[in-house]
Amino acid sequence: MCRLKIKLEDKNVDDSNDNLLPIICTIDTLRTLIKKKLVRVVDVRKAEDYQQEHIPTAVSLPLAVLLEKDTPEGVVDILENLGISDKMPAVIYDDTFGALAARVAWTFQYVGHTNTALLEVTFSHWKNLGLETDKNVNTFPKTQHSLSINYDIHADASYIEMVKEQPNKILVDSRERLNFLTEHIPGAKNIPYTMVGSINSSILRKPEEIKRFIYNRGINSDAEVITYCGSVGTLSGLTYYALKLAGVKNVKLYSKSFREWKSLGKPKEEFKDANYWDLSAE
Amino acid sequence: MKNKINTNISSKQKNVSFSKSNSKWSREEESDSFAQKVKLFRQGSLSEDDFRRFRLQHGAYGSRLQMNYSMVRIKIPSGEISPEQLEKIASLSEAFSIGSAHVSTRQNIQLHWVQLEDVSEVMRGLAEVGLTTREACGNTVRNVMCSHFAGVCPEEAFDATAYAKAIARFFIRNPMCQNLPRKFKINFGCCNKHGLVRIADIGLIPVIKDGERGFKIYLGGGLGAASFIGHLLEDFTPENKLLSTSMATIRLFDRHGNRENMARNRMRYLVHEMGWDKFQKMVLKERSIVQMTTAASTAKLFDIRAEEETRQLPKTEYTMMKLPILKEQVTIESPAYERWLHTNVVPQKHWGYFTVFVTLGAGDITANQLRVLAETIRDFSVESAARNTPQQNLAIRFVKENDLNEFYNRLASVGLANPGALTIASIVGCSGTTSCNLAITNSHRLAKEVQHKFLELGFDTDDSLRDSTIKISGCPNSCGQHEIATIGFFGGASRIGTAMAPTYTMLFGGSAEEQGELGKAIMRIPAKRVIDTICKIIEIYKQEKSDTETLKQWINKIVRGEGTGSIKSIENIKTILTSLTHLPPIEQDPESYRDYGTDIKFNAKTARGECAA
Repeated sequence: MCRLKIKLEDKNVDDSNDNLLPIICTIDTLRTLIKKKLVRVVDVRKAEDYQQEHIPTAVSLPLAVLLEKDTPEGVVDILENLGISDKMPAVIYDDTFGALAARVAWTFQYVGHTNTALLEVTFSHWKNLGLETDKNVNTFPKTQHSLSINYDIHADASYIEMVKEQPNKILVDSRERLNFLTEHIPGAKNIPYTMVGSINSSILRKPEEIKRFIYNRGINSDAEVITYCGSVGTLSGLTYYALKLAGVKNVKLYSKSFREWKSLGKPKEEFKDANYWDLSAE
Repeated sequence: MKNKINTNISSKQKNVSFSKSNSKWSREEESDSFAQKVKLFRQGSLSEDDFRRFRLQHGAYGSRLQMNYSMVRIKIPSGEISPEQLEKIASLSEAFSIGSAHVSTRQNIQLHWVQLEDVSEVMRGLAEVGLTTREACGNTVRNVMCSHFAGVCPEEAFDATAYAKAIARFFIRNPMCQNLPRKFKINFGCCNKHGLVRIADIGLIPVIKDGERGFKIYLGGGLGAASFIGHLLEDFTPENKLLSTSMATIRLFDRHGNRENMARNRMRYLVHEMGWDKFQKMVLKERSIVQMTTAASTAKLFDIRAEEETRQLPKTEYTMMKLPILKEQVTIESPAYERWLHTNVVPQKHWGYFTVFVTLGAGDITANQLRVLAETIRDFSVESAARNTPQQNLAIRFVKENDLNEFYNRLASVGLANPGALTIASIVGCSGTTSCNLAITNSHRLAKEVQHKFLELGFDTDDSLRDSTIKISGCPNSCGQHEIATIGFFGGASRIGTAMAPTYTMLFGGSAEEQGELGKAIMRIPAKRVIDTICKIIEIYKQEKSDTETLKQWINKIVRGEGTGSIKSIENIKTILTSLTHLPPIEQDPESYRDYGTDIKFNAKTARGECAA
């Protein structure tokens, strides 16, 4: 999938534009799109946070609401109710270092809404920069959205079991180091979300840095990588987009993650020979 | 889900004066070469032994029974660290380690459980702020320590910090010490009380004689499975012989040190086996040779002036301001701030300025705490730096009297305002079974448990306990410096009845002062009885002590067999403690047979130590 930055100035795009947003939508791009009314901004924070203030024109879709209706049909229903048609670019943000936004963005793309991007900053960061917000509860007319499931970006438990022994398929655990050491899916490699996330200007580190990290780990960009985390695919959603940003073409998300894996009684790898938890100052 | 990635981007500066030209210890290319070596090792083109040597030379230890992970040891020469460096360590701990960093007993800062493939990235990040891991492990000159009071101590002859840094800079990457028989430790003190000068290969106390700067130099000390106290080389070593004396000592060790027996190859064994008189003569002779043969261009690389403080710090007045508290004595009921002032803050030799200690639990600090601390240092420390201490705390110097309250509030906002840093409640604990291959017990957790209990009981407010120390190692190898504690412990395993239990050997009467002695082993205590035992000892002391006698003085007296009450000697106290340390059969009390931090059966698992690689 080749994603080009859209050139907004010289194009009079409308709802039927076929310009794809990049994985990360910059602040400037979003502000221009908002001015031109060419974007649906999706706020995935809690409803009460949205009600206080949000990015102008944003609609509210708390992650919990999406997870309640987390079937392909349910998600299409959500898209339609938010007034997001097939071609409408969607830019998603949160205030949880991008992890909740990543899970929602992935879900949109899974049901076939390809033109989806993550805002490069969190809402707090947006505020700290002194950028505009509004307090209106924004709604848009209900629209039509098709359902075209992108099976290539999704993995379930039986798929994980199948790929375990295959050399060019790599399972990546996105949880923090101590959780990973305690227990993980056998054979998984650990890339904590804290490693690909960023505290600087963007929610993700620079692509060349992430590239170097995965090169150091011996992961090639033509490998198939499946990410998972502890519960619902948020931290691993962030890692999913980090790997995409670094040029790994074939990335899948095991959205039900380790919580489901454990509940199914599947095998785990544990490391009990050290008391590493006692090193944490928390 | 916790928000681990802090997006706070505002950074205001107030009060702060000067930015110091940050002396750089790092070299960027070392991170690339480390990444390359890991690749070669993984591909099988580099043998395990060769790779281990390289890895240790660059400051990465293998983690406990998991060689895919490393403990990355960051050298902090002289212990001085800037706010920017603390912030960088915070970010690196979140990205590549466990979200906490660890202050060691030798002024290093360690990141644990770093994946081997990420070590080069940690090194790359450190290089951005001038820090290095180079020669933090391996058979080299390790981090050069300097008393955290150097420059502010009322008793010191002069500030040794620049000398410590100059020595560190001369020897780092120096071909003469890349392959020593074993590691080599150099410690600078400030006065005869502070700084671990008697337990280093080279220990130095600054002195002035007839107006000339110089040092009292002690050689051949060190703690370990067998420990020795260093010997005084000569009454006075002028500063112009500091480099030649150090070079001569290292050259002798390089030539004569034992390269066969890894267990006995520290320089202290060489000194012990050869005899001090002979070694002393050899050092003095070697020094003349060094002086005659060292090229001027080489000697120039030892540049004290280049390491000196260039900023204008407050002038020394040798008059100290009293702590701004009303009562001389605090109690457990005192307001938290007063208690903290009393146990964590000392006046400097600069009128109106104080050194503030940040109490850590066995040296652990979270990334978020590091960030808040860095910001607080920028705002309130005139020298804008921290020094890490061998008690695994952090010292922030040059804080004005009027800023102490706000300093406290900032620390309290992130749980860093625990009292007790300068008291018996500041417990040292090595990393133990949390990450070390050699550890038998979880000394790290035990240290935190003891600290917690002591603060709960208010032992930090009891001035008769203040000069006593408690230090805990997870094996006999002394990283927790148990032999210089008033009450020290090192971990082991004992069969009790039908089962194995984690136990500690308790030692009495150690001290690191210039007149210090090593602790004497008393008896073994099950891990889960250590806290009760210490409390009992304090209870007995309270009954037995004469008027103003401190716990430390009383214990030293008992060790010498000079007790004046009903407890006369070690034997007497052992008799009382024996019943306390007795365990019922495992079936009746399985909990007492487990170590701290685990609910599984105790099993003394260890692997090859890497120090000796």
